Amino acid sequence: MSHPPNTYNNVPGQQNTNPGVFQQFNQIPLSQLPGGVNQDGNSNKQGSVTGFNSQNHLNQSASNSPAFNQPGVMPPTSSPMRPLKPISNQPPMQNVQNIPLNNPSVHSKPNTVPSSSPYPTNTQHQINNNAPPLVPSSQFSQPITNGPMSGPNQRPINQYPPSSSFSPPPLTNQSTNSHSPVNPALANQRPPTSVPSGLINQPNTPYSGPLNGPRNSPLTLGSSSLPPSSIPNYAPTIGPPRGSLVNGPSLPPMSAPMVSQTAPQGLPSGPLRSQPGLKSGPPQLQNQYNNGPSVPNMPPMQSGLPSMPPMSQPGLQSAPLLPPMSYPGLQSAQMPPMSQPGLQNAPQMPPMSQPGLQTAPVMPPMSQPGLQSAPRMPPMSHPGLQNAPRMPPMSQPGLQSAPVMPPMSQAGLQSAPRMPPMSQSGYQSAPVMPPGLPGAPPMPPMSQPGLQAGGPPAPQPMPGPASGPPTNMQNRYPQMQYSTPQQNQLQQNISKQFPTHNMYGVTQQMGQLSVTKQGFDQLWGHQMVDLLRCKHILPEYPEDPPEIRLGHQFAESPNCSPEIFRCTINRIPETNSLLQKSRLPLGILIHPFKDLNHLPVIQCTSIVRCRACRTYINPFVYFVDAKRWKCNLCYRVNDLPEEFQYDPVSKSYGDPSRRPEIKSATIEFIAPSEYMLRPPQPAVYLFLLDVSQIARESGYLQVVCDTLKSHLEQLPGDARTQIGFLCFDAHIHYYLMSEELTRPKEMTVLDIDDIFLPSPESLLVNLGEHMELIKELLTILPQRYSAPGVPASALGAALQAAYKLMAPTGGRITVFQTCLPNIGPGALQSREDPNARSSKDVAHLNPATDFYKRLALDCSGAQVAVDLFLLSSQYCDLATLSGMSKFSAGTVHHIPLFRAQRSWQAEQLTRMFTRYLTRKIGFEAVLRVRCTRGVAVHTFHGNFFVRSTDLLSLPNVSPDAGFAMQLTIEESLADLQQVCFQAALLYTSSKGERRIRVHTLALPTANTLPDVLHSADQQCIIGLLSKMAVDRCATASMSEAKEALINAAVDVLSAHRLAQNLPAGAVSAALHAPMSLRLLPLYILALLKRKALRTGTSTRLDERVADMCFMKSAPLCAVLRAVYPDLYPLHTLREHHRDELDAPDPPRLQLTAERINMTGAYLLDDGESMIMYVCHGVSPAFLSETFGVASFSQLPDEARSLPHVETEGNEMVHAFIDKLNEDRPHPASLLILRDNSASRQLFTERLIEDRVESALSYYEFLQHVKTQVK
Amino acid sequence: MAFSFPAFSYVIALIVDAFLIFFSIFHVIAFDELKTDYKNPIDQCNSLNPLVLPEYLLHLIINLLFLLSGEWFSLLINVPLILYHIHRYNNRPVMSGPGLYDPTSIMNADVLTVCQREGWIKLAFYLLSFFLYLYGMIVVLIAV
Repeated sequence: MSHPPNTYNNVPGQQNTNPGVFQQFNQIPLSQLPGGVNQDGNSNKQGSVTGFNSQNHLNQSASNSPAFNQPGVMPPTSSPMRPLKPISNQPPMQNVQNIPLNNPSVHSKPNTVPSSSPYPTNTQHQINNNAPPLVPSSQFSQPITNGPMSGPNQRPINQYPPSSSFSPPPLTNQSTNSHSPVNPALANQRPPTSVPSGLINQPNTPYSGPLNGPRNSPLTLGSSSLPPSSIPNYAPTIGPPRGSLVNGPSLPPMSAPMVSQTAPQGLPSGPLRSQPGLKSGPPQLQNQYNNGPSVPNMPPMQSGLPSMPPMSQPGLQSAPLLPPMSYPGLQSAQMPPMSQPGLQNAPQMPPMSQPGLQTAPVMPPMSQPGLQSAPRMPPMSHPGLQNAPRMPPMSQPGLQSAPVMPPMSQAGLQSAPRMPPMSQSGYQSAPVMPPGLPGAPPMPPMSQPGLQAGGPPAPQPMPGPASGPPTNMQNRYPQMQYSTPQQNQLQQNISKQFPTHNMYGVTQQMGQLSVTKQGFDQLWGHQMVDLLRCKHILPEYPEDPPEIRLGHQFAESPNCSPEIFRCTINRIPETNSLLQKSRLPLGILIHPFKDLNHLPVIQCTSIVRCRACRTYINPFVYFVDAKRWKCNLCYRVNDLPEEFQYDPVSKSYGDPSRRPEIKSATIEFIAPSEYMLRPPQPAVYLFLLDVSQIARESGYLQVVCDTLKSHLEQLPGDARTQIGFLCFDAHIHYYLMSEELTRPKEMTVLDIDDIFLPSPESLLVNLGEHMELIKELLTILPQRYSAPGVPASALGAALQAAYKLMAPTGGRITVFQTCLPNIGPGALQSREDPNARSSKDVAHLNPATDFYKRLALDCSGAQVAVDLFLLSSQYCDLATLSGMSKFSAGTVHHIPLFRAQRSWQAEQLTRMFTRYLTRKIGFEAVLRVRCTRGVAVHTFHGNFFVRSTDLLSLPNVSPDAGFAMQLTIEESLADLQQVCFQAALLYTSSKGERRIRVHTLALPTANTLPDVLHSADQQCIIGLLSKMAVDRCATASMSEAKEALINAAVDVLSAHRLAQNLPAGAVSAALHAPMSLRLLPLYILALLKRKALRTGTSTRLDERVADMCFMKSAPLCAVLRAVYPDLYPLHTLREHHRDELDAPDPPRLQLTAERINMTGAYLLDDGESMIMYVCHGVSPAFLSETFGVASFSQLPDEARSLPHVETEGNEMVHAFIDKLNEDRPHPASLLILRDNSASRQLFTERLIEDRVESALSYYEFLQHVKTQVK
Repeated sequence: MAFSFPAFSYVIALIVDAFLIFFSIFHVIAFDELKTDYKNPIDQCNSLNPLVLPEYLLHLIINLLFLLSGEWFSLLINVPLILYHIHRYNNRPVMSGPGLYDPTSIMNADVLTVCQREGWIKLAFYLLSFFLYLYGMIVVLIAV
């Protein structure tokens, strides 16, 4: 299990050191690649752009607004690229697709298994390492885009059907089936845990024989008896993807490795992404492919199967998916996990209407086969039975994979014996099927428990056991409690009998039959959870965002990574009224400049854009023919320039869909000169240092100067980089560093009311040429200002001076401030009343003056950003000061009560400042967000200046900045297949290159309320709600904001109640929430207890405002971790330590004292800081191993670092902390507390599910919400 | 037929109202430009903000004249607008100069719609009141 590389700590210049597998176009020498691709990020070679830059200068213009969307700037189209010279070892195209995504688990990318790739032999390697999860591509016949289909190992599409033909299997099934009636009983009697895997496997053996058609092969890959030849032919497309996806992530840690390893071996070409998948937690299941969308393609496949007329269709679909799980030996391990995937699939259910409609015609024929196969059925239930006992009741959800199966029952039949875990659902449904189908009035039977419903064909055996020992699965998916095998059966039957569009009516018809209803719900991914009964609602491992399932045409198009681009609802409501009914906030969260390890970068003479709306060409456009494409945002048909036909990878003409622009939803262009209105600016950095009395006391200057001195060389920039310093107390001190000086010369301006620059030049100097002078200055400064000074700070004047200095070039101003600016322009008065720190309503959240805002707007116009480091020891009125960063696209960093003597604070500042100095930076940037017609951006959140309705002006853009946009639906989207969003970030890299980074996200639409509710993305919603709440605090009041947050939870649950026809909250004993929104109330409660929004607890105003700034501008992952910190048990670390190479991976705990055991030790991680909490009952062995102390009392009261001890346990904890630190901008600070330390409240106040004075506990909060649900 | 003070105030009101109509047309156009991305919000706010107080002032002048001349009906019709103006100005964003519009929040779709709607409603109101004043003036001139 390799972790994705740390994306953050990239020092500029290191980014291209990708292993060979990821070779991209990047590494092709530029000289050979005129029209090809260039390198990424800051690492551009200067030489490579020189010619390019010289062109730029032609195009200067006075205005500073880049020609981002001017109609006139369409690049000249027809300059064909020079063909590439042959380049040896040119990487395959699909690498492009992988590039942008750090997170391998990001939704299914198109099959990247060797398509046309030059690397046939390499497949195994790719599969294991970087191939995204494979999806059985055969179901979507998109010959053009699906490279993988024709991969060397795979059969062409038209050959595929035979592989899944059913005819042989039935025979074999029958043999196994004979056991079935008996086995179920046996199975029931077995203690859940005792099922030997061998038993389960037995059914498999028949299949391994040659009898099985090609279709079976995937299943039996694991068994040695399979004819070897069949493996390469069939295996690849079918099983693997599924297997790895489904099994991997969901497995309990122990079993995971097993699966992942076996899968690859068995399936040479398998998509084995399993490893990354595992790592990234719950998989994104590919089930959707089985569902509706793929159906249309079925007929062709089917044609090859004489024996299996209509039936085979479903079979084909589902069958391929099941195989992987059937590996012998794996079964037992897989069981529990399997069910998980099922759960997860459910919410992701594709639009049901499609599958339903399409399958409808198929139905009648199906029933007959069903009858025929009846005899066979029993056997299949057999495995299911066996498994059943072992499965905790909840695990049955496997059933939910039912959606997958619609076609499915057949699949189940045939593959039954082999398909142990997963197929369970298949099995079980099978027996019921036959009767159900023929039976004209299906309803009556169904209403009864599964057993009776089964009727004739032996459904009875279906175990109702559900008596499995609770596993941790229960905790994770408690809602499953009520699903029993019978229900599962029912679901499946029902699903077969009723095409989707009927479903709704049927559901209501049977409203009183809750069992049936649940079946429906699960079937369509509409499960719900009773929040009041479900105590352990937090998944133990972070969940992936719900998957986006596009219509079949684009089902395999690469969508943007959810880490970059996320929408609160993964299926956009078709109309505004539907959106209103769902009461969900609609918005997108963007992290546009996120550090990416693999980003395709393209340099070409003309960038292909829509002539009408200026959308960049992207994977979701429709190619009318080889010469024209249809814009997916405005639907205009555009011409395709000649050179776009050229594929730089295969060096061939004629297939525009092979271009990297079409292969990747995140791409970067090197912009031609049309995109510049002035020559790209150099990197210019100016540091404003507070040297007033309080600043000198805090001693921050030493820390900052030392850090800066050691990172001067790593400042992103090219040979033109400039740097300057300005200090201010009651006066402004400038530092002149010109050629003739041997030491920096200080010039002090006393007149702060009318600020001026004492020297026209040499205040900003070239970094490379004056390195020595600058280092000397940084050495002198702390000494120079060590003596006591004046208690006055003229920040406003200093900012004006800085603006004057920077305005001609643009760049970045970094302000260090420790006290309230009290003289000169922009002077402020203290507004905080320390006695009101815990009062109900918080005042003074708005700026006291607009001085800083106006200054920020001036800066923004001059392409200058202001970043603020507030190291205050007293009230500084951050609410006002933050204006300078908010509107100039800067960032606010806050370390309250900073004292350099406290080494941990000095370290924290060093880490923060180091990251700040060395991270990538984009200058003079603009971010434009385009939406499909009918959707419009309503409100923006983040730090920027909104220059027009869809354009954000970002003087600087940093990789740690996130943005959010609220959307409105202005016209009906009913006739659209999908809704697309494109965010394009035009910026100047620190190397002086103009670049455009384009992210495109496509989402399907939904037309029913349940669909909308169940495709909500709760994490993203919280991200958006937090920003909206902060806004509300500013525009209205804090109490109103809190009220609005609670109402958000109430509204959503009310909408769900309406959609499901449940009783009103006040009269109901339960509080039901859709599966996809089950964590929303918890997160909202956590949000209410954030520093920003809490009342009743003493909170400094500055800290409150700093937290608000953070929530407004941080990317989603950081916000989530801050809102609901991760709590890990440390004392059980060893149990979750799978192998030596890997850090342990313990499950998360809910933030409640209930989960804190007196004999444990815990780690609470909120992103910025980690708190290690050691309880007094912890075993001495643990203490000595981890902390190197003999007893609890020897632990320090509070420690700031974990000692290094030469023990395995200590190393393990270190490894774990290091692993946690990998995915954030800078390592978190660590605090170790005993449970009797004085400051243990730091830990206990984060247990947000518990009641604290003045704030509700989670349960109380739910009760409160329940009474409100109407 | 005599040229009384009420008649004078109506004449003045007619002239001022014509100006107010121009103000609100400008207002509507300005926000339309913002919506269609023709103008930078900073520039637009800089041109709109200086006009806010003069508009309010002109409107107050008319009503002062109505008050003095005892034209209660015309005054009554205008009182809600006066109150709205006061309310609006009291709740303006924090800014150092005169005016109402803050370039950082003006592009918010809500604010933009509110401002645009305000412009249209005011335009309609001023137009209607223009005819009312015309009628009033004639009535006053005739009624002797």
